[in-house]
Amino acid sequence: MNWLKSLFSRRRLYTELSEEIQAHLDEKIEALVAEGMPPEEASYAARREFGNVGLAEQSGREVWRWPSVEDFLADLSFGLRTLRHNPVFAAVGLLTIAIGIGANAAVFSVVNSVLLKPLRYPKAEELVALHQTAPGAAGLADFENGLLLSPSMYFTYAEQNRVFQSLGVWITGTANVTGLAEPEQVRTVELSDGVLQALGTPPEVGRWFLAADQIPHGPERIMLSYGYWQRRFGGDRSVVGRRIMVDSRPREIIGVMPKGFQFVDADFDLADPLAFERGKLILAGFGFRGIARLKPGATIAEANADLERMLPIWMDSWSNGPGTNPHIYETWKITPMIRPLKQEVLGNVGELLWVVMGTIGLVMLIASANVANLMLVRVEARQQELAVRAALGAAWSRIVRSVLVESVMLGLAGGVAGVVLAYAGVHFLVAAGPANLPRLGEISIDARTLGFMLVLSVLSGLLFGLLPALKYAGPRASFQLRSAGRTMSASRERHRARNLLVVGQVAMALVLLVSAGLMIRTFEAVRTVEPGFRDAPHLQLLRISIPDSLVPEPERVTQTQSAILDQLAAIPGVRSAAFVSEMPMEGFDSDWDEIFAEDKVYSADAIAPLRLYKYVSPGLFGTTGTRLVAGREMTWTEVYTLRPVVLISENLAREMWGAPSTAVGKHLREFPGMPWHEVIGVVQDVREKGVQERAPEIVYWPPRVQSSFAPAVRTVTFVIHSERAGREDFLDQVRQAVWSVNANLALASVRTMQDVYGKSLARTSFTLVMLGIAGIMALALGIIGIYGVISYTVSQRQREIGIRLALGAQAGDVLQMVLRQGAKLALAGVGAGICVAFGLTRLMRNLLFGVTAYDPLTFVAVAVLLVFVAFLACYIPARRAMLVDPIVALRYE
Amino acid sequence: MKKTIERDLFPGALEMMVLRMLKRQPLHGYALVQQIKRTSRDLLQIEEGSLYPALQRLLKAELVKADWGVSSTNRRVRIYKLTPAGARHLEREVSSFERMLEGITRVLGPEES
Repeated sequence: MNWLKSLFSRRRLYTELSEEIQAHLDEKIEALVAEGMPPEEASYAARREFGNVGLAEQSGREVWRWPSVEDFLADLSFGLRTLRHNPVFAAVGLLTIAIGIGANAAVFSVVNSVLLKPLRYPKAEELVALHQTAPGAAGLADFENGLLLSPSMYFTYAEQNRVFQSLGVWITGTANVTGLAEPEQVRTVELSDGVLQALGTPPEVGRWFLAADQIPHGPERIMLSYGYWQRRFGGDRSVVGRRIMVDSRPREIIGVMPKGFQFVDADFDLADPLAFERGKLILAGFGFRGIARLKPGATIAEANADLERMLPIWMDSWSNGPGTNPHIYETWKITPMIRPLKQEVLGNVGELLWVVMGTIGLVMLIASANVANLMLVRVEARQQELAVRAALGAAWSRIVRSVLVESVMLGLAGGVAGVVLAYAGVHFLVAAGPANLPRLGEISIDARTLGFMLVLSVLSGLLFGLLPALKYAGPRASFQLRSAGRTMSASRERHRARNLLVVGQVAMALVLLVSAGLMIRTFEAVRTVEPGFRDAPHLQLLRISIPDSLVPEPERVTQTQSAILDQLAAIPGVRSAAFVSEMPMEGFDSDWDEIFAEDKVYSADAIAPLRLYKYVSPGLFGTTGTRLVAGREMTWTEVYTLRPVVLISENLAREMWGAPSTAVGKHLREFPGMPWHEVIGVVQDVREKGVQERAPEIVYWPPRVQSSFAPAVRTVTFVIHSERAGREDFLDQVRQAVWSVNANLALASVRTMQDVYGKSLARTSFTLVMLGIAGIMALALGIIGIYGVISYTVSQRQREIGIRLALGAQAGDVLQMVLRQGAKLALAGVGAGICVAFGLTRLMRNLLFGVTAYDPLTFVAVAVLLVFVAFLACYIPARRAMLVDPIVALRYE
Repeated sequence: MKKTIERDLFPGALEMMVLRMLKRQPLHGYALVQQIKRTSRDLLQIEEGSLYPALQRLLKAELVKADWGVSSTNRRVRIYKLTPAGARHLEREVSSFERMLEGITRVLGPEES
């Protein structure tokens, strides 16, 4: 730390040096006077022999200096001065950079918080999601979740594995809490032993579930989420040991999870044990999500192999009941596809965020190109000064540095201003981003984002400073002393750099506009898809669950639901009301099962394709606007008399019987041995999993069927068709209507169908908005770029144009000449952009729907738009050129 | 920034002579100049001012150290002293200088007839 010490003691060193030199002179004078010289003459002689005192002092001081830093400081103050003297340039440059950096930092903070940071669990890299695919299980394997785990699978995996520290399964659900305030429906997660152990996050208060809590019919215990604990118990730590009524049964609170804790991707209020009854388990029941923590050093490939090894053990250890073949699942070709838990949480959002990051990065490049252009003009104005400096012996590296210091300073200042914009941008992104964006709550501007901004500021500063610096201050700078003479017309050479920048800008703007155009086309395509319901803004949804502790008898469940419907229908302004086990796109866990038709033959060794099961009340399709293709809806009489009727979706009807009309009157059933249900109607296909997903084959059962599994559907979504949907006074009446039937019922997921539909489109609309913003910014910056270059060249060529006009050129010729120059640049940019776009739009393939990444219409439209806009940008300076007065232009000297 | 070194001398010559003088005895700046002039019998014209940057360089390289003291003329001056590192440095410099001088002398030696 020698230099540090010297930095501080430097002032003392300097004064000592001056003092010493003064003493030297005094001594010399004294000696000369002693030799007989007159004092005045002695003083001159001493100084003469000593030489330049100031220089000696300065050189002495320089020995102690840290030359690069101090030169840098000098450059800095010089740069600050020049920026202050060019406030317009500084302001425009600063604003451009600030917007660019702010936007980039905002998007980066999202990318960083969502994609880059590890999940908030201890040693999160060891956590995996137990995914499996079953390509042989028709129907089920079509959708993204693959084959979930069955409880028996869980026991086999948990007990026989060699690679996991702990392993468990879990599902989400809902429960009614009563006795605290109004009856409330809360989000729950139910979990087996091993889930909390795998996640490893210790509770905030109390304890985890232990194996003892998983004993069926044991004491019922629950854990609270931090949010629920705060909301309902005000964060009271003595809550442990208290009992609350959940689904009308008292449960003991044993612990609270800490703030920010999520079950993988699920927010929850309460957690309760699954408590499987081991003796009653069969092979089937594939409804649970598996999670595990790998042993240290174990790989995903090893874990996959381990699961593969255990599958035959699972089939040998369990059965689906007497007379069934457990090895029937071999036809499903179950394949373990374990993936890191982070991937499970993020889903496919990574791709979306990288596309957004890439587009914003391109905008930054375009902005940098604009600032580089400004810098070029500025440095060009200074080139005579720079050439003189170079001629006088200044090292060219020093001149380059002074230009770079100025540009980097501008970049850094832009970065500082960008911080403010970044905070605003993050707020915007969090608000505008898809509500189902994973880890939304974790998004923040942290040290890494600030570091990113710093790097970006410096890099962009270097980027837009380097070109002018090398061009005008580089080793060849000296010859420009001549060519910069005022009597010269502009040389072609001088415009090449600027032209290249503009071509690049136009090309990048084209890429962004094409991407935005493709998203617009996607959005259009999505909007034209018939989702299978109509008038979504006027469909009010709410979800009600009737626990068996509240209403034990299945027939009374249906009566209660029917009574609620009657009350709802009586509300003024309600056209109709109905209920269904779940509305499309609501995202609740669905029920998939086989179906057997009377007139088909099924092999005992294969499992028939799985179909989506839904339970509907009479009048549902009329309420939701789902078209009946053939037949009719069911009636309440049929429901109450348990008449075995069923409706199916059009695609299922076509698959099984070729046409919707022939399907009516056919019979099908859930399992062998169950009563046959008559198909009484066929309804249009519904995009159950989102507009961009294939419509599944659906079987619509009555709310009560003679089946041991679901004697009555207890949790349903009520759908009310009314102009007043979503309004507060209306919702009040809806609540009163429900509570007039049973005051202990909780209403959950109160929203309109439009909310659900909008949420399912959130990803597409978010991408559209982001690419749209980027595209508009790129277009604006590109226009400014072209306009700037053309108008600058016109002002530079004023003399030449004057000569042309004086020699007889027509004004129209001049206009044409300038426009031709602009058109050349724009066309070159468009051409380059199309090539780049062909390469890049491929990356956003998965975000598109109903349009290819090479959609010719989009490409042509964007190219035409850009050329047209560029033409306009050139027209204004071109007109100015046309109006040049030759006399004035030539006398201008 | 080395253009302050005497034009008549090669770079480092002044430093070498300063070290040599200080090897004999500690001296302050004025006395150093007088000593060099006297020893060289005024053959070397040293711009006195250039001594001080040279001394600062030696100080920085810790080849000499300086303490405030009183001169024979009763003046407050900084007296420079050779450090052990300075002594070693001087030895190396002198021997390499002698080799260089020998080389130059041979080249410049009497023309072979």
